[in-house]
Amino acid sequence: MDVLYFAWVRERIGLPRERVETTAATVADLVEELRAREDRYAAAFADLSALRVALDQELSEFDAPLDGVREVAFFPPMTGG
Amino acid sequence: MRISVQEAPFELGAESDAFAAGVNNAGALVTFTGVVRDADQGGLQAMEIEHYPGMTEKALTAIAEEAMSRWSLADALVIHRHGRLAPGERIMMVATAARHRKDAFEAAEYLMDYLKSRAPFWKKEILSGGSADWVAAKDTDEDALKRW
Repeated sequence: MDVLYFAWVRERIGLPRERVETTAATVADLVEELRAREDRYAAAFADLSALRVALDQELSEFDAPLDGVREVAFFPPMTGG
Repeated sequence: MRISVQEAPFELGAESDAFAAGVNNAGALVTFTGVVRDADQGGLQAMEIEHYPGMTEKALTAIAEEAMSRWSLADALVIHRHGRLAPGERIMMVATAARHRKDAFEAAEYLMDYLKSRAPFWKKEILSGGSADWVAAKDTDEDALKRW
């Protein structure tokens, strides 16, 4: 699946998007896999309460299943307007 | 209903006139415009607005459709810019048209409350001296959604 990062999540991880091969069942499982990769991922995902997630461009939750999902995006709370 | 996510500046007067010309029998037109203000500590050089292409348009469309269904609106318009903006530049505008002003005012407030917290934009303040800070979301913005 494609994993996208925005705002300070993008800056901490150092890239805007990447292709990730995973068998993670839920968003939380995917986060655990990413955290285990490198310090920059662990730093970006240190506090999930400071993050939001979208699945296929719809806001979702960290306990949501990833079955059939093609695009996952992680970002801080939005500041539009 | 029109949603525009764009880097280019927009003309407030021209957009308002075009919006007004497109509606029939609306006794009330409300517009709101957001402008880049200085940082709390001063010294703002620029504001950079990042967004999530694709999701941004979908989220704004869903928010505007919800406003159209909740209030008796003749039309609604949302324009939101992204990219690098200077202090004083216009960031975004919403416009609503209705037979009566209550619907137009309330729907415009609803649009603003939702697009602040539910449309995927992120603001970064670039300060003189070169430092930069991501603007943090406020609890009051999230609380503002509860009244709807």
